[in-house]
Amino acid sequence: MIIKILGSGCPSCQKLEANARQAVNELRLANVIFEKVTGYADMARYGILATPALVVDEQVKLFGRVADVKEIKAMLQPNDSMVQ
Amino acid sequence: MIQWFSNYFTYTLFSLQAGTNIANTVNFFIYDSIKIFSLLLIMTLLMGVVRVYLPIQKVRDLLMHKRWFGADYLLAALFGAVTPFCSCSSIPLFIGFLGARIPLGITFAFLITSPLVNEVALALFVGLFGWKVTIIYALSGIVLGMGGGYVLGKLKMERYVADYIWQTQISDGAVTGGRLENILSQVVREALGIIKKVTPYILGGIALGAFIHGYVPTGYFEKYISADNFFAVPIAVVLAVPLYSNASGVIPIIQALVAKGVPLGTALAFMMATVGLSLPEALILKKVMRWPLLAAFFAIVTIGIIGLGYLFNLLLA
Repeated sequence: MIIKILGSGCPSCQKLEANARQAVNELRLANVIFEKVTGYADMARYGILATPALVVDEQVKLFGRVADVKEIKAMLQPNDSMVQ
Repeated sequence: MIQWFSNYFTYTLFSLQAGTNIANTVNFFIYDSIKIFSLLLIMTLLMGVVRVYLPIQKVRDLLMHKRWFGADYLLAALFGAVTPFCSCSSIPLFIGFLGARIPLGITFAFLITSPLVNEVALALFVGLFGWKVTIIYALSGIVLGMGGGYVLGKLKMERYVADYIWQTQISDGAVTGGRLENILSQVVREALGIIKKVTPYILGGIALGAFIHGYVPTGYFEKYISADNFFAVPIAVVLAVPLYSNASGVIPIIQALVAKGVPLGTALAFMMATVGLSLPEALILKKVMRWPLLAAFFAIVTIGIIGLGYLFNLLLA
């Protein structure tokens, strides 16, 4: 799984990355690669209208706000394993 | 009620002598803080609800797909007003709009109004200046965005936008703003987030404003900046451009300045220039446009603000 954090390095981007990392740890996901996308030209490809943004496997999951750990966990889980 | 509360704090709890500078300052600080934060909570919640039903991607799609027969500028400016402004978002938004083939002028209408009119600025204006000035201010922010956007659009400066933006392909509907499991908790969380972010600036601004109220004699500024000084407005605007601040810090300070004799139009022009035009923002925008366009943007908005400053001084004198 590739998780990309899109943002110019503003405090909210760092917060989003920290939350995403914690979500990954709590879910004990293996083979997760974190990438930071800071270039505006690269960000533009995802069609986001505000930073920070969270992209999981090339899919934009959220932009314009910082999601908390719980919300990110829900985004990272594949739909079939939602039942616990 | 708020006055009773702040009186209680000032004179009973801190046992300050009524009428002294320090008592006036403290009283003002407590009174303004309570009033402004209550208004701020109401406004951020209200705007939060608006945004749930009108998220930014929907705004973009509306401007993209429909022909609005010239009302596009009004719509873009109105959308700019209800969108919370963060300078770190102005670039992605600029790219996203132009990539969606929304005309440059309309994109600018949004970009000019967005930092000037937002819930935080409006809450502060209502709390410090009352409804009349708030409405005048909000209208002028929208008119400035529309006018500035229209002129910039007519200048045909598309070639000064960084090339990669035109190569951006944006398919609409590709982006989802995240799932809204519970709209209410989402709105409350967002509102509290915004309030938390602006609190230090507002408290700093109110504190400085309260200090001016308590210590600067009434009419102090009249000696230097009076309504009949023709150059006061342009000088205030030019002085404001290198200053960088968000609306939340400046508004309490200019309210105090107005109370001490600075004409309202001059003060508003100063405030609009601090918020709407700044060197740090220019440096950020430089990444997506070349100098001629950036210069035209600054020049047009500066002229617009100076014009509004004169107009206010005339109307509100």
